[in-house]
Amino acid sequence: MDKLKSPRTGGLLILMAIIAVLPAFLDNAFQVEIAILIFFNAIVCIGLNLLIGYAGQISLGHGAFVGLGAYGSAILTAHQGWDPLLSMVAAATFTGVLCFVIARPILKLKGHYLAMATLGMGIIISIVINTEDQLTGGPDGMYVDGLSFMTSQIHWYWLIGAVLVFSVWASLNLIHSPIGRALRAVHGSEVAAEVVGVDTTQYKVLIFVVSGVFASVVGSLGVYYSNFVTPDIAGFFHSIELVVMVVFGGMASTFGAVVGAAILTILPQVLTFLHDFEHLVFGLILMLTMIFLPKGLVPTLADLFKKGDKS
Amino acid sequence: MMGKLYLQESLSDMSAEFLQFLFSGVTLGATYALVGLGFSIIYNASHVINFAQGEFVMMGGMGTVFFLGLGLPMPVAILAAIALTTLFGFGLERFAIAPARGASVVTLIIITIGASIVMRGLVQVVWGKEFHAIPAFSGDEPITIAGATILPQSLWVLGVTVLLVLALRFFFEKTIMGKAIIATSLNRDAALLMGINVRFVLFISFGLSAALGAAAGILVAPITLTNFEAGIMLGLKGFCAAILGGLGNGMGAVAGGMIVGIAEAMGAGYLISEYKDAIAFVLILLVLFFKPSGLFGKTGTERV
Repeated sequence: MDKLKSPRTGGLLILMAIIAVLPAFLDNAFQVEIAILIFFNAIVCIGLNLLIGYAGQISLGHGAFVGLGAYGSAILTAHQGWDPLLSMVAAATFTGVLCFVIARPILKLKGHYLAMATLGMGIIISIVINTEDQLTGGPDGMYVDGLSFMTSQIHWYWLIGAVLVFSVWASLNLIHSPIGRALRAVHGSEVAAEVVGVDTTQYKVLIFVVSGVFASVVGSLGVYYSNFVTPDIAGFFHSIELVVMVVFGGMASTFGAVVGAAILTILPQVLTFLHDFEHLVFGLILMLTMIFLPKGLVPTLADLFKKGDKS
Repeated sequence: MMGKLYLQESLSDMSAEFLQFLFSGVTLGATYALVGLGFSIIYNASHVINFAQGEFVMMGGMGTVFFLGLGLPMPVAILAAIALTTLFGFGLERFAIAPARGASVVTLIIITIGASIVMRGLVQVVWGKEFHAIPAFSGDEPITIAGATILPQSLWVLGVTVLLVLALRFFFEKTIMGKAIIATSLNRDAALLMGINVRFVLFISFGLSAALGAAAGILVAPITLTNFEAGIMLGLKGFCAAILGGLGNGMGAVAGGMIVGIAEAMGAGYLISEYKDAIAFVLILLVLFFKPSGLFGKTGTERV
């Protein structure tokens, strides 16, 4: 019973229950579409949260990794005639290797310098995608055939829902493993971690690669789902959006990343009735949340519950 | 004989071309320098990277368009736009940064990102999405120098940038307020103990930064046009300039801005114009890989 109350198993069961019953409450294809979009964003955010929340390394360029997955898959299937799943693995491998190669010089940087470097890397990748139009279709984007065995939208709902559950499970297990403890030590004080024998660079590189691969796989799946991709996916705004989701939901909280992704995916849809005022109100909500709940939604609420338990 | 003549001619063509790229490079560079200085001032006082800096630049340009539309004469419209932007700077500090004191760096970054979304949204709602031009301050007749041409507006950009940089140096070295800002950036607690009103220092820094950004936006608007999204790339490249020069190093940011501007103009002119916007970021990555704290930054040690 105690095991159920722990956020590890309890939270995972709640998430599975929500995913299982949600389709009964979704009235139309548009709502299912939004749910799938939430799952996609949540998976990227879980990976990004490992990097930002646990290893304490900011990345303002994660959209680029989603873009590499999407365009890698799209180009290999559409131009080279590769099998979609093979393309996805190839794109993820490419992204992983790229992350591995750039991780060491980039993660040597700290704070705002790291923010600048990841931002710059993301912008370079997005400019390349925009410019190499013979390969990528340029700003107009490109079409790709989907997965032949995924014949209806609800199939996609279950597939991506399952990937989400797996990602949460993997992330929770990673955090509670020796690797997770080493990461938290890196976040607390890198120097102290090194002194007690943690190979900080190795762990930071590992998490950078893992979060990059998460993003790449989501990019690939996303392109097969929507059969279309534009360079916006790799752009600066997408990268910022992903970081905002992680911080909004609560850094260093796997479920926070999921909640942040869910709210910030739904919010713009809800705000569309405001038309021109949409961005203004979105920005204000973002600012107010971060000013009054600087730790993000889930950790703040968790603290409230803990206080309530004691009294 | 003919060959030699041809060579001479092409050499002078080449140097004219080089000069042309250099002119456009220093004009761009001066703008990036002002934006970078804005980043530096706020970073020094508060250790916040203000991702709304580009929106200050945009608001300067768009504000001037608006006040000119009201029929105000150019100098009045410019001052009004700078005043309006400065108010936004003050407001950002008072209502968003000050209440979030103690929050983590990432949270503060997101607050300024939120502020940039709000400012873009506001300008879009109130002043629309269209591109606008401000008339050049003293005509559009290009001036020819050694075979290359330069717009009078470019000279305005350069001249005003030099004046602003000199004025800021004076401000930081000779005035009480300037020294208080420097003291706060060096050691906030010590400054507080010495009787410096640190909250007021932060407040002034945001206003000053906003005013500088607005000035940059107004100076380039006649050359580049402006709309509600005009600040995004300018802000990011100004951030490049500030990082390149070493964060918090004002003169470093100016040098960084010039380097970024000239590299961009030369790269676009001689190499690949399609990748013009990528040049600043390639440059910054190369520099950071070899000098992780910028060209002129202090290589500090972390205190445990």
